[in-house]
Amino acid sequence: MMTTHRPPIIALRNVNKWYGNLHVLRDVNLEVSEGEKIVLCGPSGSGKSTAVFTINGLEAYQGGEVSVGGTVVSERDGTAHDLRRHVGMVFQQYNLFPHLSILENCCIGPMKILKVSRAEAEARAMEELARVQIADQALKYPEMLSGGQQQRVAICRALCMRPRVMLFDEPTSALDPEMVGEVLDVMSELSERGMTMIVVTHEMGFTKRVADRVVMMEQGSIIENLPPEQFFDRDLANPRVEAFLNQIMHA
Amino acid sequence: MTVPMTDIPSPPRPPQKGLVTWIWQNFFGSLGNSVLTLVILWILYKAITGAFTWAVLDATLAPATIRECIDAGGACWAFIQDKWRLILFGTYPFDQQWRPALALVLFLLLVIATCIPASWKTQERKRWMFGLWLVGILLIGVLMSGGLGLPHVEIRFWSGLPLTVLLAVVGMAACFLASILLALGRRSSMPAIRWICIVYIEVIRGVPLISLLFMANIMLPLLLPADVTIPNIVRAQVAFIMFFAAYMAETVRGGLQAVPDGQYAAAKAMGMGYWQSMIYIILPQALRITIPSMVNLFIAGFKDTSLVIVISMLDLLGTANAAKADPEWLGLFIEAYVFIAAIYLAVCASMSWYSRRIERRISMRQQH
Repeated sequence: MMTTHRPPIIALRNVNKWYGNLHVLRDVNLEVSEGEKIVLCGPSGSGKSTAVFTINGLEAYQGGEVSVGGTVVSERDGTAHDLRRHVGMVFQQYNLFPHLSILENCCIGPMKILKVSRAEAEARAMEELARVQIADQALKYPEMLSGGQQQRVAICRALCMRPRVMLFDEPTSALDPEMVGEVLDVMSELSERGMTMIVVTHEMGFTKRVADRVVMMEQGSIIENLPPEQFFDRDLANPRVEAFLNQIMHA
Repeated sequence: MTVPMTDIPSPPRPPQKGLVTWIWQNFFGSLGNSVLTLVILWILYKAITGAFTWAVLDATLAPATIRECIDAGGACWAFIQDKWRLILFGTYPFDQQWRPALALVLFLLLVIATCIPASWKTQERKRWMFGLWLVGILLIGVLMSGGLGLPHVEIRFWSGLPLTVLLAVVGMAACFLASILLALGRRSSMPAIRWICIVYIEVIRGVPLISLLFMANIMLPLLLPADVTIPNIVRAQVAFIMFFAAYMAETVRGGLQAVPDGQYAAAKAMGMGYWQSMIYIILPQALRITIPSMVNLFIAGFKDTSLVIVISMLDLLGTANAAKADPEWLGLFIEAYVFIAAIYLAVCASMSWYSRRIERRISMRQQH
């Protein structure tokens, strides 16, 4: 296990969550240090997306504690709301705002939430869009762009808020295969800039290249939490990890 | 965009089809079609020539008396020429009627300016538009009511077209806001708010507008202290807003439900609060979806303002009825109704034309 000297920026401690009788998160414990890149994987329904959603308060949890930057995420006292602006989120279905242009999608958060001036917000947005080669599409509307382009815009939109952490919920699963690469490239580049990232993905090539640790979940519990070289080491592998990896490789 | 309908090659067609061929194939393709076409043509011919004869050929213009009109057998436009000011402005003092006329023109100009998309292009223009509306409303208020050297005209003398427009515009604007709040309330996670909205919407929708107007007119004064008097127009207006807000709320709710959950999640994940996400993200999308049914309600509401006649207010329909009561023209009424029908039709047709235009504009902007 990696030893961390700084206090974790994200910490989940004994987090439990139920949907009615369904126990979707079971004693989830996870610490993420600043600058670390975590890949979260596991079979569908294992609770990985739910776990990520508790970090920015999109999903409530019933037991345990989730904290970001030392503050406990709770809907009740409004901390979840204040924390969200520091936690960027990229969704599977991009969820760009269809009634706003690409530029407006990137500016609305900084302008309305961070109260940045329009000029400043637009400059920031154009800088982010240029980095992902979409600056020339800034005045178009989301529906005119390809899936890969939309997802890159979604990443820019989150980055314009200058988040401390970026969460990715299966960012490439809704994409046509030929567009997966362009989105993963943007994410790799972002990781090189030192962003703290938690990525739910089954892209194992990306995981090997970028992840500091791979966390695998099954039935709501974390069953493995290892650096990639150990996670993918067939000699050491946990049989359940092996079975999962075989499954997604053959898919 | 051209999309081939099927992969089956279409049968060879004659290189050019003339208009005559097209008409022949579409209207006289079979015996049944031919008969139907002829019958419809005959009905159209009768209707159009009949209307034309009545409205133009046999019509009588001023100066004429009712006797001459009846002898001519057609429309008595002399009646309208004599009564148009009564129909349009009702009981507003005759020598002051240029004021409501000017107010209407001013209002129309404001509406036209608002409807031009270029008026909203930049932040600066938006501020101008708000300023224009503010000044416009103040001016219209002064024109209608008096002040700045104009003699005061009491609100109970406002009638005819200005009253109809006032009821409709103030009513629709207030309804629009109230319906959004009701629709949001109905979807609220707070049970008390949700239930209040549900009960309100269901109760009001279950009651005819006429009975609400009667209630507002008769019961409201009974519930208030004796020294408080609310003008007729305000009572009617409140009944109106209450009624249409309930209907419109359901339309807005449909729009809210049509916005995908991902949009709510994205707005929330960004750090937007409830009102911010509603105002900037959800409502703009929801309201665009509801444009057709919203305009449908606006059109219905505009015409339903004529129901205020039951609480003896003189809106456009009321003044038309008043005009036909003049003993000098006794027996004439079709002309008055045709006259106001033309006004109602012009307003409603413009609304539906404009709504189709913005729908097209939005879909073109977002998809191509």
